[in-house]
This record gives sequence, structure tokens and C-alpha cells, in this order.
Amino acid sequence: MGKRRVAIVGTGQTFHKSHRPDVNGQELIHEAVQSALNDAGMKIGDIDAIVIGNMDHFEGINYVDCWSVDGSGGVMKPIIKLTTGGTTGCTVGIGGYHMVASGIFDKVLVIGWEKNSESDTTGAITTAFDPIWDRLVFAGAISGLAAEAQAYMAKYGATDKDGARVSVRDRKHACNNPHAQLRKEVTIDEVLASPMLADPIHLLDVCPRTDGACAVIMACEGIAEKLTPIPDWIWGTANRHTYTYLNDTAFGGLDSMAEASKELFKKAGIREPRKELDVIELYQPYSFAGIIWIEDMGIVPRGKGAEYIWSGATDMGGELPINPSGGVIACNPIGATGLIRCAEVALQIMGKAEARQVPDVNLGVSTGFGGCFWVDMILHGKNKPAF
Amino acid sequence: MDRAAIIGLGMTRIEANKVRDTFADMAWEAVNKALSDAGMTIDDIDNVVTTSNDFWDGRTISCMAVGDASGAKHKNISCCEGDGTFGAFYGLTRILSGSYGTTLVTAHSKGSESISSLITNASFDPIYDRGLGMDMISASAMQARAYMNRTKTTPEQMALVSVKNHGNAIRNPYAQLPMKITVDDVLKSEMIADPLHKLDCSPVSDGCCAIIIANEDRATKYTKTPVWIKGVSFCSDSFFLGDRDLSQAPSLKAAAKKAYDMAGIKNPGKEIDLAELYDAFSYQELMWLEALGLAGDGKAGKELEDGRYDLGGALPVNASGGLLSGHPVIAAGLIRIAEAVKQIRGDAGKYQADGVRLALAQGLNGLCGQSHCVWILGKDK
Amino acid sequence: MSDIFENVEPMVYKSRINVPYQWWAGETASRFFISLRDDQKILGTKCTKCGKTYVPPRKSCPTCFTPNEEWKEVSSVGTLVTYTVVRRQLASLPRKAPVIYGLIRLEGSDTSLLHIIDEVKPEDINIGMKLQAKFAGERKGNIFDIEYFRPLK
Repeated sequence: MGKRRVAIVGTGQTFHKSHRPDVNGQELIHEAVQSALNDAGMKIGDIDAIVIGNMDHFEGINYVDCWSVDGSGGVMKPIIKLTTGGTTGCTVGIGGYHMVASGIFDKVLVIGWEKNSESDTTGAITTAFDPIWDRLVFAGAISGLAAEAQAYMAKYGATDKDGARVSVRDRKHACNNPHAQLRKEVTIDEVLASPMLADPIHLLDVCPRTDGACAVIMACEGIAEKLTPIPDWIWGTANRHTYTYLNDTAFGGLDSMAEASKELFKKAGIREPRKELDVIELYQPYSFAGIIWIEDMGIVPRGKGAEYIWSGATDMGGELPINPSGGVIACNPIGATGLIRCAEVALQIMGKAEARQVPDVNLGVSTGFGGCFWVDMILHGKNKPAF
Repeated sequence: MDRAAIIGLGMTRIEANKVRDTFADMAWEAVNKALSDAGMTIDDIDNVVTTSNDFWDGRTISCMAVGDASGAKHKNISCCEGDGTFGAFYGLTRILSGSYGTTLVTAHSKGSESISSLITNASFDPIYDRGLGMDMISASAMQARAYMNRTKTTPEQMALVSVKNHGNAIRNPYAQLPMKITVDDVLKSEMIADPLHKLDCSPVSDGCCAIIIANEDRATKYTKTPVWIKGVSFCSDSFFLGDRDLSQAPSLKAAAKKAYDMAGIKNPGKEIDLAELYDAFSYQELMWLEALGLAGDGKAGKELEDGRYDLGGALPVNASGGLLSGHPVIAAGLIRIAEAVKQIRGDAGKYQADGVRLALAQGLNGLCGQSHCVWILGKDK
Repeated sequence: MSDIFENVEPMVYKSRINVPYQWWAGETASRFFISLRDDQKILGTKCTKCGKTYVPPRKSCPTCFTPNEEWKEVSSVGTLVTYTVVRRQLASLPRKAPVIYGLIRLEGSDTSLLHIIDEVKPEDINIGMKLQAKFAGERKGNIFDIEYFRPLK
């Protein structure tokens, strides 16, 4: 694996909302950056390089790395943009890791952000798909997810009630998170009664559109320990962007999650993720994913996801809490979302998660999801990794 | 910095309109050429970094179009949005981090598929500037004027860059616009935006390039001539054009200094044997030469007239024909790297310069060269 | 494999992306535009740390990274820093060519404002000349509340 150890030493997030009319994009970014710098006790002058990501067509700004510098702190600094769709937040986290681990930079600021209120999200996301083969039949991000849910339900007998249980869990968790956009509990009945968007996905099964930014500061071993008492060590990263065309996709399971997590856990020597992981922040854009994707991650065997959720194992206080932050269903500033997952696990490891703190967190996983059923993952640890 | 080398390269021809090729087709061509060049198969590639731009491609998640064709299905893959030099930088860090032994880096765009003026207009801030209706050409024209005003560089000197580069392109079978022209031809060509004539500007092109980077261990496993990465750096200036002194390139100066320090270069003007620079416009080649310390401040025009930057001169610049002869945005900087690699290997055919041991490649992002990335490549470890 | 395109014209599928945008100006930019619209005054913000005055105004100083809390009015008169005369009808132009663009350093500001220049012949423009903002008769709270800059009389 890597030779130079890297840890997260500070995080910052805005208080995510459906609309932030009081700030423009680079001012929104600035809030998260300032918050992260304060958390790490650093000044912008301490930062060696910046990695930033969002999805261009959601704000209609070309060359965002260049445009953002007033707010991101990139004036006379190296700044680079990485973007991979919904997985972007995790992608930039992975990017920050490599930038520091490479030895070229010691302290890197990673930023993910999105101002979804400024565009027609579906109009923008439709352009992701191939104009000849897929675009004309693509009915928004939800259509693909509905197809996945249907395929899974047909095989394993799950129902929309099982999906609703996931929503209930995450919306309850979000009440502990002052940064989350939606902070009101929902019941199973309320989820099932909410408007049907694409069978079997109801309105309360899916994520909202959000304006928000997140910043994470990574530092190398030797410096990280001086900046914070409990750095969040990056044990490993892995990703798969398995599919390009919708018709190639195998629906009913998330291949990219299965492959990426296999690689990630193997590299880190994790044999039983269910026992060895203490927390998961899963990029879960809709409720059923919470059932299906934990099977792909190897937490439970195929077909056992719903049972595991109903047992309360993934609730706060359970054996493996998932989305103590409330996750994506409670808040989704897309370019930031994956990085928020990363920041939330960092907060858990560092013991800074306040009302949403899971006790004794030693190992956690944060994931990103997007594109054509793609997954990015980061493994975080309280102790330094063995390599 | 640990040692790493470029061990393979491949590119498509640069053309005005590759009507027969999709993005994936271009990537497929460039990637296979790079693999063949390195003597590798796709299985020897440990991870992939693609470089593309959502606006130019007209696709959100533009990287999705080329993932398959870049062999990424069962590999770790990421995407940089910006010039290919930046994507390659990220690809390099993924090796230096110890995570991967080889990285395949691709960069593409098809300028033919959009209206470039509107694409570059979208780089302007939507709240204050965009409505004014400027684009890359009008903005660069303002920079050219500022540079000319400060350094007294003449339109003839700028035109000579175009003459040199289009002339060099005659020897490059991949170039889009090989042309034998004169300074007069340039000055008589249509004035698009004062002081930029049509022949002072690069065309908007289609093209794709791929390179393979390897760590020291793997660098010699496939090829006998790895080209070593001696120094790399990037840096961004302020964003608002009014915040900057457009006649200068401080971010390029800063990036160059870091790259030279990494490479142990004390006198770049003497030590660098060849440069492939981002000549989106004629004046830019002169401006970048000065900011890089390869030309005296304000003197690049005169030094060009003296033949210093010709193929047979002391420091050949854009022997490949540069961007003036073919400009696929995004791929542009990666092609500069590829051309520098060819020169060091002695593979540049009819436009090969003599004795190239140390070469510099440069790419940029943003309006008027806001952000630059500098690569120093060498024959020796 | 034979060339499938032999004697065949490649099909080109024409399309257009249509994604509407509405950008929040934010409080800082709003104050700037309201001042243009209602008072015909150009405002900037000043960084108390480095003393730099920014026009257009910035909520925080890009280099000091501290909030710019001080607002100040800058002159509507400034010096031309650089310019161009666009002659070709580039697709981005808001009106018929030729269009003159310039960066104008307003008195009291440390940065230059990008805008259109009019009421002057291209051959009479020179760097360093003094220009003044001409406010539009009907103002809506955007950058065209300044209709253009013209030579100072």
C-alpha cells in the first residue's frame, strides 16, 4: 500500500439548506473552508495545495478550480479539480490522500460543494448519459435506482416497507446532526403514503436537493499528530466505475460496491467487515440502497439486508450504526455529499461527532455513489495503519 | 520526489472535425497506441486517470464517456477536469503515494461538437462578468494588449510565432494545420479581436492523447527508454481578470520555480534543451517563455527573431507545431508532455531536435492562463 | 476488418443541451447591484488587514482570508488598464460587433472592473486614458446598470 501515512486533521461543513440565497458559490465554499481551518487550528497560508470538486452542469460554471479561488483559498496556490459525478466527494477525498501520500505536499485542503438550487438538477444530470444510446430514454437519476430496487425485490421478496425502514432510520439520525438539511423524523406509514416517484420509490425514500459545501484537511504523518490529538488515519481507498452504458448494468446488486469493497478490505486485512467496522457513512441516495448495498459490501449475505436493518443493528446504539449523520436522504449537496460522508466518519474517529457520536469508533468506511452505478470508498482508522 | 518515468504515449491525429469518432473511439485509439508504444497490455495498467471537461463535452460526468475505452472497468479510476498536464500530475501522485505501479492518463476533447465561444464564455463569473459577453479570444486579446504595452513586443514578433509553429507542423504528421506562411500573411489575416488576427489564434480541434507513467521499479520492465520526471508543479493566479496584472504570469513563474528546484535546475535558459509550450495564441508563447525564465523579460520577441527558438536554434520551442497548429483543449497539455517525451527519446522523426536531454512541457487552465502546470522531463535518472 | 464507413456518410446527431440556471448573487453582490440600481454609486469592499479595496466587492479577502467588513464608494472615473476591440461576431457577444471591452481601474479601487467601452473610436483608445461610467436610464440591478464606460469629458 502507501508508504507515507496520511490523516484527516480537520473538517468543516456549512449548515446545509435547500437554498442559500445569501451567498454565491464561492462564498459558500469559503464558509466550509474557514470552518475546516478553524477545526484544525490552521490558516490558509498553511495549506500546500487544494483539491476541489463539484458537478459543473449543476452551477453552470466552467473551470470551477479557477473560478473558486477567492473563496477556496487558491490564489497563488496549486489547485486542481477532480470530478466523477455523484462520487465526486469521495473522489476528491481520495485525491487529497494521494496528493499528501505522494510526498509532494504535506497539507492538502479538500473541498466538495454544490449549489443545487441554481439549476434544473434532472436537466443537468441527463447530460451524463450517452446522447445516442441512453439519453433519450433516461428519466432522471431515479429511474435507474427504481430499476435496481425492482430487480432486487423480484429476487429476494423485499417490499417498499423494507425501504421505508431505512428512511425512518436515517431521518431519525439526522435529528442529531445540526448540519443536515432535513431534521424531522418520518414514520413508515408517512414514507409509504408519500407520492410515488418511480415504483417502488416514494418521495420520502429519496434525497433532497441541497446547497452545501464541505472541506476536509489532510496532513502527513509527523505533522498530523501535531495538529490534532486524534487524527483520522486513511487506511485505504478503492473505487470502481464499472459501467458506462445503462444497458450494460446488472440491476439488483451493486457490482462496483462489491468489487471496490473486496479490494479495500483485502488491502487492509479486514476479513469480517460486520464485526471489524464500527461505523459506516454510506452514500445512499435512496432507501433501498441501504438494504442492497450493505450486502454488496459484504456486511451481510445476499438477501439478508432487510432483516439486518429491521433488527436495529444499523441504528444508533446498534452493533454497526449506519449514517449517524442522517446520510444522503437527509441532505444531498451532490459534489459535497461524498466528502461529507468522509468528514462524518472523521468526526466519529476523532470523537468530535457530538450528539451523533458512536462510542468507541476504531474503524469506519465512507463511500461515494454516482455516475452509472459507480462507487468510491475510503477506510478510516483511529490507529495508524500497519503499512 | 521518488523517481517515476513516462514509458508510453499515444495520440490521435489532431483534426478540425473527427466526424467518424466518438470520445470513446478517440480514447480507444490513443490508449491502444500508448500500450503498444510501451510494450504493455491493459492488464499491466494498475490504475487510470482520465481528463475531460463537462462543458466542452456537453456531458455531465464527462469521464463516463471514456472509462470503458480506457480499460477502467475493473480498475481504480479517477478523473481530473482541467488540462491534461493536471490530470497527469494527479496520475503521478497516485504512483508516488505507493498505491499503484503504473498509471494510464488520458485527455480528450472534441471542439467540433460545440460553439467554443459559448463554452469559454461560461468560464466567466455569472454574477458580474458573464453577461458582458466575453470569451477566451476577447479575454486573451486584452492580455495580448497588456503584454505588448508592457514589453513593447510587436505584432510582427507575435506573428513570427505563428509562422514558426505552422511551419514546424509541416514535419509533424499528426498536426492539423501545417502551413508555410509569412509574417505578412498573419498580419493580413482577419482581425478577430485587437490585436489578435486569425493566424494569431489556435483553431478549435478534436483530439485525444494517452500517456503511461510508471514508478522506478516498473519503468524499465517494458521499455528500454523511460523518460524520467524530474520536476512538476502547478499554481493558480487570481480569478477576476481585474484582480490580475494580465501582462505578467506570476503563477507560471511560481510553478516553474518549484519545478526547477525539484529538478535541480539553476539556469533554465541554458539547461533546458527544448520546450513544448501552451501557445493557444501567438503572444502566449512569448509571455510563457519569459515567465519560465527561458527568455529575458520582455525579450522573447527579439530572441525569436534571432532564431533562438527555431528547430535548429539553442532552445527549440514547439517543434511539433504547438497549439497554433492544432488545439484540442484538455488534451493540449498532455500532448505537450508527449511531444517532449518523443524528443528526449529521439522519436520525433522529421522534427527531431538535436541532443535533447532535458525538456519542459507546460499546460494551463482558465482564462488568460490563470493556472499553469509545468513538467520537467529528462533522459537521465 | 473492412472499413464500415467506406462509401457511407457518417450520421451526425444534432442536439442541444438546455439547462436553465438561476444564480444567487448573495448578499455582497446584491448590495453592489442595489447601489448601482438605486443610487448610481459603485461600491467596493476593503480588507482591513491588507488595506486592499476590491471592486467588484468580495465578502472576504482572497489573500488574507478574513471577512471584508468595510464598504466604501469608489469613483465612477477610472483609468484604462487594457482593452480589446472585438471585430468578429463571436457567439458570446451581447450585440453587433465591433464591441470594445476593457479593464478599468476606478479611483479608490485596487482592482479593475471589466466592462464595455463606447462613445469612442477604436483608433482613439489608449491604455491610461480616463473613462467614466455611464449609468443606464432604466436600471435593473445587474452589471448593465452601468451601460458602458466612455471617455471622461
